Amino acid sequence: MSTFDDPFDPSRRLSHAGCSCGQHKSQAEHDSALASDEGRLSRVVESAAMRALFPNDLTRRNFLRAVGSSAATAAIASVLPLGMAADALASTGPLEKTNLKIGFIPITCATPIIMAHPMGFYAKQNLNVEVVKTAGWAVIRDKTLNEEYDAAHMLSPMPLAITIGAGSNPIPYTMPAVENVNGQAITLAMKHKDKRDPKQWKGFRLAIPFDYSMHNYLLRYYLAEAGLDPDTDVQIRAVPPPDMVANLRADNIDGFLAPDPVNQRAVYDGVGFIHILSKEIWDRHPCCAFAASQKFVTEMPNTYAALLRAIIESTAYASKAENRKEIAEAIAPTNYLNQPVTVVEQVLTGTFADGLGNVRQVPDRIDFDPFPWESFAVWILTQMKRWGQIKGEVDYTSLARQVFLATDAARLMKEAGLEAPETTEKSFSVMGKPFDPADPEGYLASFPIKRVS
Amino acid sequence: MINSLPLRAGILSVVLFGLFLLAWHLAVSGTGPTVEMDPAYAALMGQAAVQGKSAMPGPMDVAATLWGHLSDPFYVRGTNDMGLGIQLGHSILRVALGYFLAVAVAIPVGFLIGMSPLMSRALDPFIQVMKPISPLAWMPLALYTIKDSGLSAIFVIFICSLWPMLINTAFGVASVRKEWLNVARTLEVGAFRRAFLVILPAAAPTILTGMRISIGIAWLVIVAAEMLVGGTGIGYFVWNEWNNLSITNVITAIVAIGVVGMILDQILARIARLVSFPE
Repeated sequence: MSTFDDPFDPSRRLSHAGCSCGQHKSQAEHDSALASDEGRLSRVVESAAMRALFPNDLTRRNFLRAVGSSAATAAIASVLPLGMAADALASTGPLEKTNLKIGFIPITCATPIIMAHPMGFYAKQNLNVEVVKTAGWAVIRDKTLNEEYDAAHMLSPMPLAITIGAGSNPIPYTMPAVENVNGQAITLAMKHKDKRDPKQWKGFRLAIPFDYSMHNYLLRYYLAEAGLDPDTDVQIRAVPPPDMVANLRADNIDGFLAPDPVNQRAVYDGVGFIHILSKEIWDRHPCCAFAASQKFVTEMPNTYAALLRAIIESTAYASKAENRKEIAEAIAPTNYLNQPVTVVEQVLTGTFADGLGNVRQVPDRIDFDPFPWESFAVWILTQMKRWGQIKGEVDYTSLARQVFLATDAARLMKEAGLEAPETTEKSFSVMGKPFDPADPEGYLASFPIKRVS
Repeated sequence: MINSLPLRAGILSVVLFGLFLLAWHLAVSGTGPTVEMDPAYAALMGQAAVQGKSAMPGPMDVAATLWGHLSDPFYVRGTNDMGLGIQLGHSILRVALGYFLAVAVAIPVGFLIGMSPLMSRALDPFIQVMKPISPLAWMPLALYTIKDSGLSAIFVIFICSLWPMLINTAFGVASVRKEWLNVARTLEVGAFRRAFLVILPAAAPTILTGMRISIGIAWLVIVAAEMLVGGTGIGYFVWNEWNNLSITNVITAIVAIGVVGMILDQILARIARLVSFPE
């Protein structure tokens, strides 16, 4: 492109309502403003910066389409050229839709989605987001499939399950960002204070929040490692989180692997104690996720990009330990989690009462990391298959790539000035056993307790 | 000397209520065994665990909460936090919409069934199968087909209030006294005039009884439906406070639900008295 051409125009049009940058009433006014010497000079600088940043014309055009030219203009004009990426995020391109509804379940896993509302991360992207509290994961699923919600807080296995049609009709779903890592725990009733070895848990009635949840897979994994068959030696029931504490008090269940603040609430009310944190099973495991239908992603790319930017920025803010107290106060009120502030604070800061008389300090009890590693998806799929939720051949890699939008997240994380990983797969170990994402079937075959032969 | 029955009944009601409150107060007061705790640890725990205080609130706690809600019933502090008055308003609106839709369907169809023995026999199996279905069982189906949780809740109200009205209307219409119909026939009254001027007034008390049963059921069901789909309404309020294990607010909501249900029932009872006639 020529130095004097408009470098911010992804597709120059002749007749236009307003101008290409959105700052002038018409394209003529826009051009005349740029025709002045000053405008021309800044155009040269902008153009140079733009070309330095995006040497390839096609990449530049794609970038402008996603971010919006007005955002890019404003960014380059204000701080040249280093702050460009950060500022492009501060404003938005032409949004297809600004009034959005996002459903959430009142648990601390949803922290980035919730706090982005009171703390203004959505507003910063010019989005008017209503965060709607929802009664359970099945309702979240139905309301998102209905398109009542534009996007939602889901458990990270749910978009995979929805896409392959396990427990619902198959609808292509995407998971562009993980919300939290860690942040769950196994809580047992006070009467089991002395049964700290899972081998003693035969006959226990244990609760999980949903069948397609990390909680289910982690609990089953933990039990199976102790030699218990989760389908025959114990009873595992899906119980909505708010009912868990009441059921534990009423002695209907012996314990649960649940999201916080449920665990801390059980301790707070003197009903149970925290047996182990989920990070002791798999450190930095994913849990909840920000999910949207593929339709939303493809039909409203700019809105989607803006929303994801808001979520990623919010997640980055939540990942800093010094912000946690402020966040706890922002999300504890009735409008959001509806919990005592001290309960939420104990979860987020990691300085908590364990129910047995000790104050524990685990700063990474819950952490926030948006990157949706594709290998997480592969692991989840192995466990779905292990427990018979899906049968037959599974195309692990392509499903993982289709649902976990790791490349989108990486792109936006880099734009937000965050460190994004170069690859989309990483290996990790669960209870000391390494997982190789390249060989899911071999991993699956290595377990003695499973529902597949 | 107190002779009037209503007065005596009133006094007895007040006494019973007082006894109930006293028993409630005594049952929840007093503290359980307390455990020695490190102050740093105690600061992180709730009152129930630290002081052994009963998790069940006393009547005074509930009264204070109720007063708090009554003095500011219409606040809006965000999508998920609105006053008790607004929540009740949402529920009443949903009930009204579903209920009047049901009235619009049940009364004409009931007339048809009541006036035609053929239709009565033909539709009977369907009604018998549909009637005992719990309205909430329709919820997943409604959510899937209507694709809107608000409309689904209204549909559930519609379906649950339909059957009592339909059956009562059909019964009322079918049991209009033969003499009156014969008189109408002798006077060569047309079918429409007969339906509106003879059958409708004669069947009105039975129809109103069906409507009164329906409004009661509708009000029962809306709370459960809103607990399922959430968003707004008194059912959502109960669920949200249950989430916070706030028994005080749950009891407050129970009181509010009871009072509104009673008012709805009384309105229908008044209307029923207007259309009743001595035989």
